[in-house]
Amino acid sequence: MAEERLKSATRILTQRGILIAFILFMVGFSVVSDRFMTADNLQAVFRQAAIIGVMALGVTLVVICGNLDLSVGSLLSLSTVLVVDLHDKIGPISAIAVTLLVALAVGAVNGLLVGVARLNSLIVTLGMLSAIQGLTLIYTGGQNVDIQNQDTTWFAIFGRGAILGVPTQILIFVVLAVVMHVVLAHTPFGRRVYASGGNPTAAVFSGIRRGRVVLATYMTSAFCTGIAAIILGSRVMGSQNNVGQGYELLVLSAVILGGTSLLGGSGSIAKTVIGVLILGFIQNGLLLLGFAYYVQWLVTWVVIILAVWLDIAAKRGRMFSPFA
Amino acid sequence: MTDGPTLTLFHIGKSFPGVRAIDDVSLDIHPGEVHALLGENGAGKSTLMKILAGMYQPDEGEITLDGARVVMRTPLEAKALGVVLIHQELSLVKELSVAENIYLGDLPRRSLGRVDWKTLYARVGDILKRLKCGFTPETRVGDLSIANQQMVEIARVLTTTARVVIFDEPTASLTDAEKIVLFDIIRDLKAGGAAIIYISHRMDEIFTLSDRITVLRDGKHSGTLATAETNEDEVTRLMIGRSLDLTRRIEASTPGEAVLDVRGLSCGRLFQDVSFTVHAGEVVGFYGLIGAGRSEIAETLFGLRAPTAGTIRFRGEPVSIASPAHAISLGISLVPESRKEQGLVLELNCRDNITLATIDAMANGPFLSGSREAAVFEKYRERLRIKTPGWRQVVGNLSGGNQQKIVIGKWLATQPKLLILDEPTRGIDIGSKAEIHDLIRELARSGYAIIVISSEMPEVLKVSDRVIGMYHGRLMREFTAEEVTEDKLVQAISGIARSEFSACAAPLLQTRC
Repeated sequence: MAEERLKSATRILTQRGILIAFILFMVGFSVVSDRFMTADNLQAVFRQAAIIGVMALGVTLVVICGNLDLSVGSLLSLSTVLVVDLHDKIGPISAIAVTLLVALAVGAVNGLLVGVARLNSLIVTLGMLSAIQGLTLIYTGGQNVDIQNQDTTWFAIFGRGAILGVPTQILIFVVLAVVMHVVLAHTPFGRRVYASGGNPTAAVFSGIRRGRVVLATYMTSAFCTGIAAIILGSRVMGSQNNVGQGYELLVLSAVILGGTSLLGGSGSIAKTVIGVLILGFIQNGLLLLGFAYYVQWLVTWVVIILAVWLDIAAKRGRMFSPFA
Repeated sequence: MTDGPTLTLFHIGKSFPGVRAIDDVSLDIHPGEVHALLGENGAGKSTLMKILAGMYQPDEGEITLDGARVVMRTPLEAKALGVVLIHQELSLVKELSVAENIYLGDLPRRSLGRVDWKTLYARVGDILKRLKCGFTPETRVGDLSIANQQMVEIARVLTTTARVVIFDEPTASLTDAEKIVLFDIIRDLKAGGAAIIYISHRMDEIFTLSDRITVLRDGKHSGTLATAETNEDEVTRLMIGRSLDLTRRIEASTPGEAVLDVRGLSCGRLFQDVSFTVHAGEVVGFYGLIGAGRSEIAETLFGLRAPTAGTIRFRGEPVSIASPAHAISLGISLVPESRKEQGLVLELNCRDNITLATIDAMANGPFLSGSREAAVFEKYRERLRIKTPGWRQVVGNLSGGNQQKIVIGKWLATQPKLLILDEPTRGIDIGSKAEIHDLIRELARSGYAIIVISSEMPEVLKVSDRVIGMYHGRLMREFTAEEVTEDKLVQAISGIARSEFSACAAPLLQTRC
């Protein structure tokens, strides 16, 4: 019956909606722009996606655990400024170590406030977002920072180098993604993250120390952002003090686009990787078509709304809720 | 109004991925009839009701109202046709007043769209009076007890001219006095010509209220009987395909060493000066009204509350239980009161839920061992006869009885010495209930020390070796299985005889808690 066919078509469209939209996007861009499907461009997309991707891996953990982390954007600013500024002062190894420690400390504060003091994660991390922004400006005194011996430092390996022909930053993203996938899917800790996000009360009733789990997810998220900052600092060899502005939303967008639920308890690293790639290709495609940078934001919003909508429509079997 | 049925379902079918929820069910309800709908959990009652209320669309079949075919795409369309569902789960706005909730979306207006508070409160006041409710229209719903919130939900129906009213387990949280009021209202609605569908697990209510009974089993129509011409046995057989004796007393066991010894335990105003002992191989039942402090004792023993006084000895050693993790490491397990809120992570699958409390033991080095987890799941699936297509099944899709078995399996996997079960069979069909009762006795025989907390007297009497009656945070009396009777137990938790108790004291006691 025609009605039946329409029904199953809708079902496929809603369940695989984001993938179908992605494929259409790719095909469309390939037709319109002959530079889109070139090896150079694809590599550019992946390199661009690596920074958001590494951050998104950590945020995925936080979101599955039922919380938000909006502080990653300004933490990226602070960490990049730190690693770049300290590079010339105390050497790259110490600079990297200090940067990661500072990031972990920020994650620990977030984690303690959300996990142990049980404050709302939106408020805590939104507050942290502006607190770190302020901290960054205090540190730099409003000046931009850069690395002097750009051509000789081995620090360039992270953002500009390649290992066996593969850009290091892509390699870092892939390795981190695999590690995080294993942690989330194949360790007791990963299971605790899903349980704490899916039903915090039942998790506690099952003997899970929820506060510690939350703390660990925030520290992981901050650590990932620290790694992203090292890549970014190495690539640019300098940093503005607001370089990470807006990244928190891009990162969260990637996580949501992949299909990880903001309600917590479900999602995966694989989903986030797909979300990161979709976001990367959309941004790249729009740039190639000559749209201004800020048009991306608008399109990204539309794509996210569609993704979230299709996701929920697939779950309830229709586009509009009967409760609306 | 015609002579025919108000509502007719013709060959309704509904499938979900992997499940045939409703299979060719036909039903008719006449004006002025109370039609009871029975079935085990998972038999399809809720799905059928959601179809009637416009929340689901049937895949097959049709519905007619007064002989005319109707399609209800949303609850609003259903309501417009006069079909109203009173939910098991409450759907009230806690921050608004009783009156606002009752007329939500249809508040009486004055000029310029202002709310006509005077009319609103007057109208609601009348309804509340009719319902014999002891609260005012201005009360904030969030400040009411669950039972009173249920009454607000019912009051809502009285504001519309409902042709078909569906009650889904309406008495689950009502006291005896409130039940009497509810039954009066149902009879009023019936006298007014409404067609009523009444879903309940409780046989006594169904036989008191209904004119006819329809039984569903595995999504199929198992039979429709005239209430006056049938009995509980026949209905039970239709439900589960065999007879069950729920009142049979299970044999006692011989207790061993004292596993838990509690002396003078208090927790603020929740309970005071509680002393008791539980031995290996015995079941101690805690009976009392809701709010008597039974669950709070369990939570204290499980490390969720800190006692303010008293000592706990576990296997001879004095212990101070700091957290659930600590309790588990000692060998104490708690099957909590609320399966969905405290017991299960509904998004996770059966296996992951069963291994959740023992997740560290599932690891081989740093990584989880799939085969070890699978082995644990299979062990408890077999032992507890959990009905599920496989370990990948998400627990949210299982029936209540099977969900409860998953929770019990999770706790047996921790190999506890003391197992506390808080309302182990609440909201579970009678087949699973009997299985769980048998399981509790079997566990006691194999040496577990067990505490069963229950609000159902037959359950307590059936499974316990000793029964402790609680009232207002205090232990009133302790009985052995031989000496305990219903009357004695009721006296213990209220201080008066059974007959007076059910007539007047029960509602008073319960509203005060």
